[in-house]
Amino acid sequence: MVKKVVSGNYAAAYAAKHARVEVVAAYPITPQTSIIEKIAEFIANGESDIQYVPVESEHSAMAACIGASATGARAFTATSAQGLALMHEMLHWASGARLPIVMVDVNRAMAPPWSVWDDQTDSLAQRDTGWMQFYAENNQEVYDGVLMAFKVAEHKDVQLPAMIIESAFILSHTYAIVDMPPQEEIDEFLPPRKPLYTLTDFDNPIAVGALATPADYYEFRYKIAKAMEKAKEVIKEVGKEFGERFGRDYSQMIELYKTEDADIVFMGMGSLMGTVKEAVDVLRREGYKVGAAKVRWFRPFPSEELYELAKNVQGIAVLDRNFSFGQEGILFNEAKGVLYNTDAKPIMKDYIVGIGGRDFTVEDVKKIANDMLKIVESGKLDEEVDWFHLKR
Amino acid sequence: MAVRKPPITTREYWAPGHAACAGCGCAIVMRLATKAFSEAMEEKYGDPDAFAIAHATGCMEVVSAVFPYTAWKAPWIHVAFENAAAAASGVEAAWKKLGYKGKILAFAGDGGTADIGLQALSGMLERRHNVVYIMYDNEAYMNTGIQRSSSTPYGAWTTTSPPGKYSIGEDKPKKWVALIAAAHMVPYVATASIADPYDFYRKVKKAAKVDGPAFIQVQGTCVPGWRVPPEKSVEVARLAIETGVWPLFEIENGDFRNIKFQRFPKDGKFKKPIEEYLKLQGRFKHLLKNPEAIQQLKEQIKEMWKVLGKEVELP
Ligand SMILES: Cc1ncc(C[n+]2csc(CCOP(=O)(O)OP(=O)(O)O)c2C)c(N)n1
Ligand code: SF4
Ligand SMILES: [Mg+2]
Repeated sequence: MVKKVVSGNYAAAYAAKHARVEVVAAYPITPQTSIIEKIAEFIANGESDIQYVPVESEHSAMAACIGASATGARAFTATSAQGLALMHEMLHWASGARLPIVMVDVNRAMAPPWSVWDDQTDSLAQRDTGWMQFYAENNQEVYDGVLMAFKVAEHKDVQLPAMIIESAFILSHTYAIVDMPPQEEIDEFLPPRKPLYTLTDFDNPIAVGALATPADYYEFRYKIAKAMEKAKEVIKEVGKEFGERFGRDYSQMIELYKTEDADIVFMGMGSLMGTVKEAVDVLRREGYKVGAAKVRWFRPFPSEELYELAKNVQGIAVLDRNFSFGQEGILFNEAKGVLYNTDAKPIMKDYIVGIGGRDFTVEDVKKIANDMLKIVESGKLDEEVDWFHLKR
Repeated sequence: MAVRKPPITTREYWAPGHAACAGCGCAIVMRLATKAFSEAMEEKYGDPDAFAIAHATGCMEVVSAVFPYTAWKAPWIHVAFENAAAAASGVEAAWKKLGYKGKILAFAGDGGTADIGLQALSGMLERRHNVVYIMYDNEAYMNTGIQRSSSTPYGAWTTTSPPGKYSIGEDKPKKWVALIAAAHMVPYVATASIADPYDFYRKVKKAAKVDGPAFIQVQGTCVPGWRVPPEKSVEVARLAIETGVWPLFEIENGDFRNIKFQRFPKDGKFKKPIEEYLKLQGRFKHLLKNPEAIQQLKEQIKEMWKVLGKEVELP
């Protein structure tokens, strides 16, 4: 193992290099830029022979990745917020063509008002595009996530693109130790891609992106739905193998932290869960029976694991660094939906936190714990959605 | 005694307090362009304020409007990065429909124009919107920390075209959007420079007064992006003109056979070598050790002049 002190973005760039990515097509946007700058540097000093296409927009970045992936190459890109939104059309094209492209999205708030700070709405707004989504808590998970994502995405029964998501600045620009396994071991874990179909098959030329009438379109969609279901199994297998090889286990799509005897669980995604875990430790010392559930994979959604957790807790405080206008926090909405047809009925409340980079602290988690305790004890939910930081 | 009218209006639309770097050449573009535009509006419509601004994402947008402040003393809208021309088209359509007089001004950087915004620009020009589009060309994506654009000159260092053992820096010739704009056969296309403020001022006024779309590509220094000291900002832009790197011209109605040139040496021989321009700038530092690459750059510059119909000699 090599231990390097790197930012989340450099972790992503190293992971792309170590995954032996063949084509990168990308467009700069804050706070993603240092990912592609690092890759450009690898190429300039001969450390990597990635074909780098400095496209003229994100729409073209994804289109070029689609072209490269359809040709049989391992393709990678990275973007953020406005760039991801501009890619939106192409995201559907990538999943619809069943191409295992991997992308790092640096979560950033959508404009207007203009903002470059952390917020999950950019990636969650892409939840219906047929991409898998993995939310990293720290720089190590950014690195590991990229390596695993290729393996899952390229699995013959999955063949779907994947997004590894990290927080603006909190991860992208903050340095931490990242363990990087030796290249040979990575190569064993992630052998060269074996595409099922390519544009280089001249004996059986394929046509990508044809029209399907109502008689066929439906089945195409069903196949993607099935592949996403299958991806849950593959994610667990690959996460387990990763743990066996490299010592960090990812066999659970929801990481549980001190939930065994917890009455209340904080549930959320991404870097804010680091703060939550720290708060859980503090609260435990003070006698609170609380735990944390970090949703690593949001697509496919880990419904079964959520049910298992929800069966045994009294309250779930969902921490949403995102919002769906006209409804509620997106994780909250999905989690409630999953539990509706089950016998697990914990009281659930949605806390809208950290949007647009607003600080979210251990103190905040404590406040939420006390609020949630009151609710659980009284059995009365005051309001479903709490705009927690609002200046009042 | 009569008071002499100043050659450049004393009205200001670009207020101090914006957050551009000291020595920013593009801030000069903003200030001069809005002054010239207002003077044209006054002369043409009797109202110096008869305009609105549509602005693409980029340095000049970001430094000028951080809530709750704005540096703009004119109505201003920022929609996104890729579409200043489209947003301006919409403002102009409504402007006309609602019966306002005047013209719309659009600002975008080289990235916002030559790359991600090229499609929107072409649409705006082709549809003949009454908009003056000013591309302030600092020759890279500065707002995001100096990545290459298609307007980055050959050989330049940027963070996505770093020189190294296997790289000379940017390895493609500069794209000249002014020529692409002129191919739309619109009433007025020009290039300009912050080093010749009177020429720029005159061109903006002319652009503002024509009926229909106009396009100006103006070179503006970026202090950190070109790695120049702030006090050399204008000097380096002047050298770009004097060495033949930056042409000054006007093309009306796509008439490539009658291009008007400014500050062009009569004999076609530029007196100062481009090395004088390059050596002031850290972005070309590695190039000075690479005579072949400099020769390559010279050839490209000559080719560019040839497209403009001029045979030039570079020392
Ligand atoms: C769709 C989209 N992609 C990327 C960005 C990130 N971005 C903002 S400004 C900018 C570069 C601007 O470059 P340029 O137009 O040359 O203006 P400058 O900053 O150099 O003045 C980029 C890449 C964005 N805002 N939106
Ligand atoms: S980075 Fe460059 S373009 Fe941006 S404000 Fe500073 S000098 Fe001007
Ligand atoms: Mg620029």
